[in-house]
Amino acid sequence: MDRLSNFLKSLTLSELRKGLGVTGRHLFRRKITVQYPEEKTPQSNRFRGLHALRRYPNGEERCIACKLCEAVCPALAITIEAEERDDGTRRTTRYDIDLFKCIYCGFCEESCPVDSIVETRIYEYAFEERGENIMTKEMLLAVGDKYEEQIARDRMQDAAYR
Amino acid sequence: MGFERFVFYVFAVILVYAAARVITVRNPVHAVLHLVLAFFTCAGLWLLLEAEFLAITLVLVYVGAVMVLFLFVVMMLDINVSPLREGFVKYLPMGFVVALLIFAEMFMVLGVKNFGAQAVAIPERHGADYSNTREIGNVLYTDYVYPFEIASVILLVAIIAAIALTMRRRPDTRSQDPVAQVAVRREDRVRLVKMKTEEKSG
Amino acid sequence: MAEFWEFIREPFFITLWIVAILVPLLLGVAYLTYAERKIIGYMQVRIGPNRVGPRGWLQPIADALKLLMKEIIVPQNSNRFLFLIAPMISIAPALAAWAVMPFTDRLVLANIDASLLYILALTSMGVYGVIIAGWASNSKYAFLGAMRSAAQIVAYEIAMGFALVGVLIAGGSLNLVDIVQAQQGSLVHWFWLPLFPLFLVYFISGVAETNRAPFDVAEGESEIVAGFHVEYSGMAFAVFFLAEYANMILIAALAALMFLGGWLSPFEGTWFESWFAWVPGIFWLLVKTSLFLFCFLWFRATFPRYRYDQIMRLGWKVFIPITIVWIVVAGGLVVGEVGPWFN
Repeated sequence: MDRLSNFLKSLTLSELRKGLGVTGRHLFRRKITVQYPEEKTPQSNRFRGLHALRRYPNGEERCIACKLCEAVCPALAITIEAEERDDGTRRTTRYDIDLFKCIYCGFCEESCPVDSIVETRIYEYAFEERGENIMTKEMLLAVGDKYEEQIARDRMQDAAYR
Repeated sequence: MGFERFVFYVFAVILVYAAARVITVRNPVHAVLHLVLAFFTCAGLWLLLEAEFLAITLVLVYVGAVMVLFLFVVMMLDINVSPLREGFVKYLPMGFVVALLIFAEMFMVLGVKNFGAQAVAIPERHGADYSNTREIGNVLYTDYVYPFEIASVILLVAIIAAIALTMRRRPDTRSQDPVAQVAVRREDRVRLVKMKTEEKSG
Repeated sequence: MAEFWEFIREPFFITLWIVAILVPLLLGVAYLTYAERKIIGYMQVRIGPNRVGPRGWLQPIADALKLLMKEIIVPQNSNRFLFLIAPMISIAPALAAWAVMPFTDRLVLANIDASLLYILALTSMGVYGVIIAGWASNSKYAFLGAMRSAAQIVAYEIAMGFALVGVLIAGGSLNLVDIVQAQQGSLVHWFWLPLFPLFLVYFISGVAETNRAPFDVAEGESEIVAGFHVEYSGMAFAVFFLAEYANMILIAALAALMFLGGWLSPFEGTWFESWFAWVPGIFWLLVKTSLFLFCFLWFRATFPRYRYDQIMRLGWKVFIPITIVWIVVAGGLVVGEVGPWFN
């Protein structure tokens, strides 16, 4: 009896029709496509995109060349060289991030004792030539200056969980 | 008439060329493909003879099915050609004699005496509404019904024999049975077990 | 001059006919790819191509241009002649079959006597393109695809042929025009009702014959990359694509002609009939063909690919017995003059 009903079921293609029903229903569902350049999906304030180096409100760069980020970086993407500045403080002379190596894990940001290196929400960037993948200190600082407002706001929102 | 004759000669030349290539070409796959070409041009010639049913059946059965299997086998086997060509010269005289014999026999049977223009009337040309298919059906199922049935029974026997000869029960092969697989229900395979969480020990 | 015109007239009009059939067909193929991407997109809750032209209408043109400009790469150890001729072999039967396709009872290029048989013969030749492509590429994946395709076509051709035998028993003719005219009456007079199992078997075998999902083991992206056409690029690849879609349209149109009454109006015999009398028959044929084409796309969006042994089982052990049984039943219906179809 069981075999007979199984046989009839497969002969009438009942399960296939069920499957067709599912796709048939979805044909008329509201589409969830996000039309990218015009529309964008909402972003988390913890989004980890392009890196930036921040400054204090008085314009002094935050980074003290402790090299914690260089040490923690699992992809070895960060290269730092440091020297003593004229006023006796320790500062970086070179701070390069290779974006081809970077895996955007955010460890550098977590390890930073002065909240200097951060990852911003920027994700739309591209390189057209070799070498452009290296973010130098100047470039990182420029990104930080440009988006400081948003960076600060995102850190503030997340402050309770850090 | 002129154009029809032209088509005939074109097809005939292609047919003879393809048939000759079947036995002269080195690569067996090429030989099979030439055989396909030969069948196809042959079908074209039959169309000229107003035998459209037979022509299309030739394409359908031989080109569409039989030769596909031929190709399948020849491609799968990956035949090494050179050992097959050994002793070609040695057997040449013998083969020549056999070919001569066959030719003589065919000449005696199919010669001018039996199938020449005098012996057989030139078939009349039929109009556009003449159905070759219907004629064949009529002849096949009235005048020739017993030979037809006998032929089909012989073919059926051949099919059954071919299957019976190749069917071997091999219990050691691990093949899947789609019927059993399709019939499986979730209840046969998955057992949900309710368990109490174990006491923390120590 | 007049004599020359007399000589050239018939070939000229035949050529015109061929162009009049092939241009819409190739446009249909182009927009079938668009419809496929759109419909499958919709079924996956996406919106499909919508960037090139308004609502993506120019997408197929852009695709064709791209493929035209690309280089045709011929693998070094391939058989160059067969490699290049394979796409042509696969598209030639797909286009040649349209010669006998009736669009209405008068609109047909070559109303030959055995048109059904002719189409069956030509569709069975399409497999050569696949086999030769797979062999000439001198690549393992392509070869595996070709072998699978050959075995599959042989299996399903028999079921398809038997399904057609049922149709020609019911129609009493090998001519497609006669077969459609035998279905005159109303929606229930069409052959889909008395030949329902054959109708299903025919359409499913048609899906298998055109190597479409869920029977696309010859391509089998997940296991043999792209099967017989891995090594093809540019226009040579596009021709394979064209042949596949032209075959799809052919199978769909044939199913419409043989089982859904072709160009006959579905309102025939009801009191709506006079309302739709002005609609030309070719419109109904197009509607029915589109219905089947939609099913092709629907299947692709729904079903996962068959495993190879399951395909073989379905073809040999399920379809052939069903068709043989139903041919006997159909013969009984015709001999017994069972209404409303055969009296």
